[in-house]
Formats: sequence, structure tokens, C-alpha cells
Amino acid sequence: MTKITFRLPGEERVVAGDIGKSIMQVAVQAGIAGIIGECGGDMSCATCHVYCADQAGFKYATVDEEDLLELVNDLRDTSRLGCQLKLTETTDDVVIEVP
Amino acid sequence: MSLHGQPPVQDQTAFDVLIVGAGHAGVQIAATLATNYEGTVGLVSAELYEPYEKPPLTKGFLNGEVSESELLLRPSTFWRESGVRLILGQQVSELDPEAHVVATAQGHRISYGRLVWAAGANPLQIDLPGINLPGVHELRTLEDTVQFREEVTFRTKVVVIGGGYVGLEAASACVKIGAEVTIVEARSRLLSRVTGPDVSGHLLQRHLEGGAAVELDASVSEIGEVDGRAGSVLLNDGRVLDADVVLVSVGIRPNVEVLAAAGARCSNGVEIDLQGRTSLPDVYAAGDCTCFPIGDGELLRLESLQNAVEQGEIVARSIMGETATYSVVPYFWSNQYDVKIKTIGLFNGYDDAIVRIGGEADAFSVVYLRNGRVCAVDSINSMRDYVDARKVLGSRVSADVVRDPAVRLRDAIIVEHVSDTSA
Repeated sequence: MTKITFRLPGEERVVAGDIGKSIMQVAVQAGIAGIIGECGGDMSCATCHVYCADQAGFKYATVDEEDLLELVNDLRDTSRLGCQLKLTETTDDVVIEVP
Repeated sequence: MSLHGQPPVQDQTAFDVLIVGAGHAGVQIAATLATNYEGTVGLVSAELYEPYEKPPLTKGFLNGEVSESELLLRPSTFWRESGVRLILGQQVSELDPEAHVVATAQGHRISYGRLVWAAGANPLQIDLPGINLPGVHELRTLEDTVQFREEVTFRTKVVVIGGGYVGLEAASACVKIGAEVTIVEARSRLLSRVTGPDVSGHLLQRHLEGGAAVELDASVSEIGEVDGRAGSVLLNDGRVLDADVVLVSVGIRPNVEVLAAAGARCSNGVEIDLQGRTSLPDVYAAGDCTCFPIGDGELLRLESLQNAVEQGEIVARSIMGETATYSVVPYFWSNQYDVKIKTIGLFNGYDDAIVRIGGEADAFSVVYLRNGRVCAVDSINSMRDYVDARKVLGSRVSADVVRDPAVRLRDAIIVEHVSDTSA
């Protein structure tokens, strides 16, 4: 279990996520507004854009992910696709900002 | 995932909004209404499974990479806590639009304030001797896929009838399992309904390299019986293919008979406007079962997850009184072996195509043009072209730049000066 804090405009939601799940999956299942995950994690849609400042425990973005991120609004250095942020044993107390 | 043996006895038989069909469109509508809508919402499904994702069925689920529980569109708790009433195992078989009531084949009557038809599509049937034998499958639902997967193991002889997305994805998953696969396609190339000859040719090559046999221009005259189940497939030219399992994947037809019988205007699906309204009062529709206007009196029906989700969102917002209008840039994707195909736009009616061989091995894209403007792009193993494809759609492009993999596709756009707009 990883504790995930979703920071939304004017609101914070804390959700527990199972190891192996992605931030997108956890967010969709918890009904976090703004994370749609339309394509289900196939890297076809870019509707799960999030900001993640401390990415310890997560894999680095692949070239494909970097390319797809070009489609999002308000791209920042901390931008990631939620579907590519897979929870592991070493992800702990994750803070995710929802655009 | 829970498989409910018996649906619970219904204590609520009237809803402000009743959604028929729990695929991607139906669930999107339910989820959007759950957050912002005051009235009661019911979601009726003919299936016994809680709502699940469809695209992985013929991709990761079939080859074992994705488990059943990973397919759930919402956790079970959502259906208990959201206020949306999920009603499983009820197939809506009749609609009385005057009385605002539907009846189910299982004998229930449910009344509604507003109805949303999101019943999707069913596999096209073909009339062949032997089509009802055990061992003959179709792939549309989770149950179909579970049954098919149980029968396919190492060395199983699988004959796939129909070389569209479903058939080809299933074929590649079966090859991965170690089955011996033959694809039978009636037309002269694979995927002819959704892509051009370049992509078809590439996929044909990849399926052959993967070890599948492919019969083009071949039609099936009969499924032969051995020991009470499918044992062979007879082709029109007289050849006989051995088969342990047969998959029929020749397309889908929109599930709109009930709506049509109730008087809704239907052609290639139920006709809706850009707010998702059918011709019947208080009846909306969304997803694979609908066709919608795209200008010049043309109607378009899409078979896609994106269309289901985005139309569902429009319908939910219409119901909540917002004036949302549907407009979509269609995208599609398919995974077969190591080939990832991503498509933007619609290639139908293209009059020119430019092939762009990628910098990376196995990567290439095809830019389709209609009247000099990009109407669609297929990208094979090239995320960067897929991303740029969204930018070039609708533009005029330089063919030389498109063909040059050293230059990004987006840089092929020919900027047009706005001239006299009064013309």
C-alpha cells in the first residue's frame, strides 16, 4: 500500500494505492476529477497528466512518454503521465498535483 | 471480479435517468452523473459482470498479461456508494417511449424520466453450416473472451475468420500462447475497412513472420464437425483447414433493434444529434450504437472507446442542462506482436497517401490526404509521429518533408495565408 495525496484545486484527497497499480488507475477508481485515463494506460490519449515533484521509487519517463506529454497543457518539469507511474515497494507517501 | 449468480430482486423500478448498457459509454454517463446530478440513476446491463474495460480483452487479457480484476472500470465499492444503481443480468427487450417504461427479457419493468441507450454492438453473425457447433467463438464480451481463452493452448489449431482488428489482435495473442493460427480474410488485404494498403501489407508480413498463416481472398463455406464440435473449416476453393477452435470476427452491428421497434430513427445505428438526443422524446444514446451528423447531411458511426467515453460525457452534460456539443478527432490503437498502431482521423475517402519511413527500425507512418489536406495518419511504432499527427490533421503538408524522417512530421505543415474569406 502506498499513501497517495492528490492535490486538486482547493482540495486534497488521500487515497491508498496497491503496489502494481498506476497513479492513473488509483485516481480513476477513486474518482479523482481531472484524471480521465481514457485509453486505459496504453499511451494513446494523454488524459492522465499529473505533476509529481518527488518521483523517488518511480521509473523514469520513457522517450514515448516524453513525446506524448507534448500534447498536454501546462507542461512542467514535473509532468508525468499517471498511467506510467506504477506503485512499487519503494514508492511511499506520494504527492500528486492534478492540473 | 464478482460474477453475480442471480441479480438481486429489484426494489426500485423507477429512475430519473436510466442507462441501458454498461460499457464505456454507459459507465462514463453514470460516473459523470454520480458526481453532479441530484436525481436517481440506474444502469442496466445484460451481462453478469460488473462493468469492465473492453480494449484489453483482445490485447493483454487474451494473452494473460492483464487479469480480470484489472479490467474493472470502477471498484465494486463505487456501485455501492456512488448512488448509481447497477442492475446486472437484465436485457432490455422493449421500450414504450410514451409511457417512459422499458421491459426486460427477464420480466422486469423499469420506468424512467430520461433514457440513455448505450447498448453498444453485437458481433455480426454469418450464416454457415456448422456455425453453432461447440468450439466456434465470437469475441465481444468478457465472458466470450474467457471461454475462448480456455480452449486455446499450446498447439491448438485456431482458424480466425475475418482479418479486422479483433481477429488480428486475437490471432497475435494466440500465436503468443503457442497456438497454430490461420487467418481467413474475404478481401484482398487485412484491415481493409480501417487502413490503407501500406499498413495492411506491413501487418500481413508481421503475422506471417510471427508464424500465422493468412488466406486472403478466401471465404468460408462450412465449418466441419468432428466428434460433436468444430473440427475443420472448408474454404470456397475446396481446401480444408484443420481447426480445434474457430473465431468468427467479421465485424459488429449496432444493437438498436429495440429502439427502432419503438420508433426511433435508425440507419447505421440510432441517429443522434450533437447533444446525444435520438428522435424519441427523452431518449438519448451514446457509443458504438449511434451515428451522428458530421456535416453535408453525412452521418458517421464510430466503433471506438474514445467515441463512447466522449459521447457519454456529452449526454451526461446534456441531461444536467448544459449545452455541450459533440466534436471529436477520432483516434484508435491496436497492438499486434511488437507492432503498435496508432491512428488519428479517418482515412475513408482519401485520395492520396504519403509513406514516411521512420528513423527507427520497424517504425513508419502513413499520412492520408483528402482534397490536399491531411484526413488521417497511421503511426506504426512511432509515438512522435502520432503526437505530431494531431497537429497536421486538416492541414496541407509538404510531401518532401513528410518523407524525411530527420524532420519532424509537424514541420511538414504548409502555413496558409488567410486570403479573402468572403468568397
